[in-house]
Amino acid sequence: MPSFLNKSRPPVFCPGCAHERVVQALDKAFLNMGLDGSKLVIVSDIGCSGLFDTFFNTHALHGLHGRALTYATGLKMARPELTVIVTMGDGGLGIGGAHVLGTCRRNIDLTLLVLNNFNYGMTGGQSSSTTPADAQVGSGFLNRLEKPMDVGRVVRSAGAGYVTRISSYDKDLPVEMAAAISFKGFSVLDLWGVCPGRYTRRNRLTPAIIDEDLAKLPALQGPVPENARKEYGSHYRELATAQSPVSPPKQIRAEFKAPQTGRREVTMLGSAGQRILTAGEILCLAGLGAGLHASQKNDYPITVLRGHSVSELVLSDREIDFSGISRPSAILALAPEGVARRRSMFQDLDDKTLVIQASDVELPETGATVVKIDFKAQKIKSHDRALASLAILARMNQVITFEMLEKALENRFGKKVLDSALALIRRVEK
Amino acid sequence: MAFIFIEGNEAIALGAMAAGCNFFAGYPITPATTIFNTMLKLLPSEGGICLQGEDEIASMGYCLGASMGGAKVMTATSGPGISLYSEQISFAIGSEIPVVIVDVQRLGPSTGSATRGADGDIQFMQWGSSSGQPVVVLAPVDIKDCYTLTMQAFNLAERFRCPVFIASNKEIGMTRESIDIDSLALPPVINRTRAPQNIPFLPFAAPAHDSVPEFLPIGGDTLVRQTSSTHGADGYITTDSEIIAKTQTRLTKKLMSKIHEFSFYEDAGVPDGDTLVIAYGVTARAAKVAVNEANSNGRRISLLILKTLWPVPEALIRQKAESVNQVMMVEMNLGQYVREIQRVLYDKKVNFLGQMNGNLITPRQIRRAIIHA
Repeated sequence: MPSFLNKSRPPVFCPGCAHERVVQALDKAFLNMGLDGSKLVIVSDIGCSGLFDTFFNTHALHGLHGRALTYATGLKMARPELTVIVTMGDGGLGIGGAHVLGTCRRNIDLTLLVLNNFNYGMTGGQSSSTTPADAQVGSGFLNRLEKPMDVGRVVRSAGAGYVTRISSYDKDLPVEMAAAISFKGFSVLDLWGVCPGRYTRRNRLTPAIIDEDLAKLPALQGPVPENARKEYGSHYRELATAQSPVSPPKQIRAEFKAPQTGRREVTMLGSAGQRILTAGEILCLAGLGAGLHASQKNDYPITVLRGHSVSELVLSDREIDFSGISRPSAILALAPEGVARRRSMFQDLDDKTLVIQASDVELPETGATVVKIDFKAQKIKSHDRALASLAILARMNQVITFEMLEKALENRFGKKVLDSALALIRRVEK
Repeated sequence: MAFIFIEGNEAIALGAMAAGCNFFAGYPITPATTIFNTMLKLLPSEGGICLQGEDEIASMGYCLGASMGGAKVMTATSGPGISLYSEQISFAIGSEIPVVIVDVQRLGPSTGSATRGADGDIQFMQWGSSSGQPVVVLAPVDIKDCYTLTMQAFNLAERFRCPVFIASNKEIGMTRESIDIDSLALPPVINRTRAPQNIPFLPFAAPAHDSVPEFLPIGGDTLVRQTSSTHGADGYITTDSEIIAKTQTRLTKKLMSKIHEFSFYEDAGVPDGDTLVIAYGVTARAAKVAVNEANSNGRRISLLILKTLWPVPEALIRQKAESVNQVMMVEMNLGQYVREIQRVLYDKKVNFLGQMNGNLITPRQIRRAIIHA
């Protein structure tokens, strides 16, 4: 069987570079597995390990430093039938650390080869995330301040399904690679090797020393029992298939006549828990039921269970251009937090604006027409105030009518909530 | 006629589905999160993929990998996420990977205000990559545009093999509006041109009749090379300055020479007025109100609403400004696109109204600015 190696682009590594061993072993692994080059992809990033994709007659995707796993994940999800091999150095491992951890947690069927030679070869031998603290490298004294990370232990903790730590010179490397590629899940090979161009100029490291150092560490070879679980892609497809299709948003046709023509603006000033946003939506749905255009802009703090809740609503028989509030027809002042948030709007109002004021909320001075409502006396709870205010507007034939409101509730709620909402709006008194 | 009542962000998701999007990846960020939420409801049950990356860089990486596998991909974020996308955007530009990027802009700089609108990323979207090569930026004005311009964005990404931005804004994305989808005029769906199988495939060779290389997906019978490095037609690294120059020129030309095919805009106000107001995005809506009011008081003002911002539709802008005495640019920042208008209309007086305080520019502010200009 012919080799997968690209004869027109032979490896160009420094003499004695461990990467060349890995290239040869990977070719052997592909051959032994009987893979098809057109179903095989090598995804690489930056650094000497990033040259890998050019040496093989396979599909190739060479991208940005540390990001190879991100492309590989997207590709594997889009094309699950492909065998995807990712190469990365100890540099890419460091800069793309979040992606390494994320991929381990997902256990997606990719094989990551970490070509670990303990320094950044391509940029001058600076320290990487695996450089020993006592090594002499291109980062001056800085690597003495950092503890190198043990790739195998990190990826095992993060959930990789398969982890092997091995020398690039190991005679069994092709077999180990084939086993990792065959694994259905995320497999990581931490391949220790020598960088003659940079690292071993000032540090003593040989295949024999690598073997000695590896022997001092607890062995990592093959599937990680505690991380055994479903492969991400097939699990995704299993769960996705079980999702029921979402019904499209409810279409609302015009069947009523709005009480006024033109543009009507309403501002609801409340607090968290008063169901302001839902009431705002209901007002707009009521408008849709009369063939009006509607818009809703909300304002609330990121801590959604505390503070102001403001909804700005526009209903209009023409398309709505400006979606802000200029001349409100009605303001529902239902909580001090909301009023404080829009305090400045009150001073400009004239009697054309109707303010529905909860009797326990103080208003700034205003020229608007104010109607005070004692919700407590009517035994209307705080979370029902906004909807109750819509009923008051409807009873006054302002902005919406009562039948528009009833229809909006029908469009918005299922039977149980609908019954209690209808009961509420029917008992509210002006 | 029947309305539905949804957010601009939901309309973008629906538009993406109508355009054939089958892959979405994103990372939660206000005010763009509801695009992710909606795609997560729509895609999986239809056999599509919707992923949440460990960060924005990953989300963009997933999209690029999937796009190279042949998927039609979209991601959505806000300014802080665009910052993190930057290197991947450069990759998509230089290596001609179709991707739709929604930027639901919020008030910056930096973390800024998550729930306050602005159009502060208008220059950033074009120039936030390491090449200076053009990208496409489309700016929706309202919920209808969210739907239809998203379809156009996919078409352009596929047609030109490049990143296409949708420059939305919190004030459009998180505002709910009524929309009658059945009444929209929708563009036909365009998919990237596949290379013929019978001739040797060069992944970055543009055919004689076009500046856009034909596409084959990674994983098909023909081997495909993709690379972020400076490459020749074969997808291998090149140092040949002649090839490099040709590719760089082609990347510019493929968009700049076709801008007339996708200069989306809307006219409002009176035709051939003495003053031209130029606006885009949510601000165009206030401008429309202001211009109509001024015209009903005897003024003669034209309004040009730009929906293609980048590449700058220079011919269109010059044509619309041909007979006017002065121009007023209004935008929700302290002066970004006005730089382009001043450059294109160098022989006109260009006035400017901008604001960056988290509030919409109001019709009244624009009317005053027109009166005092």
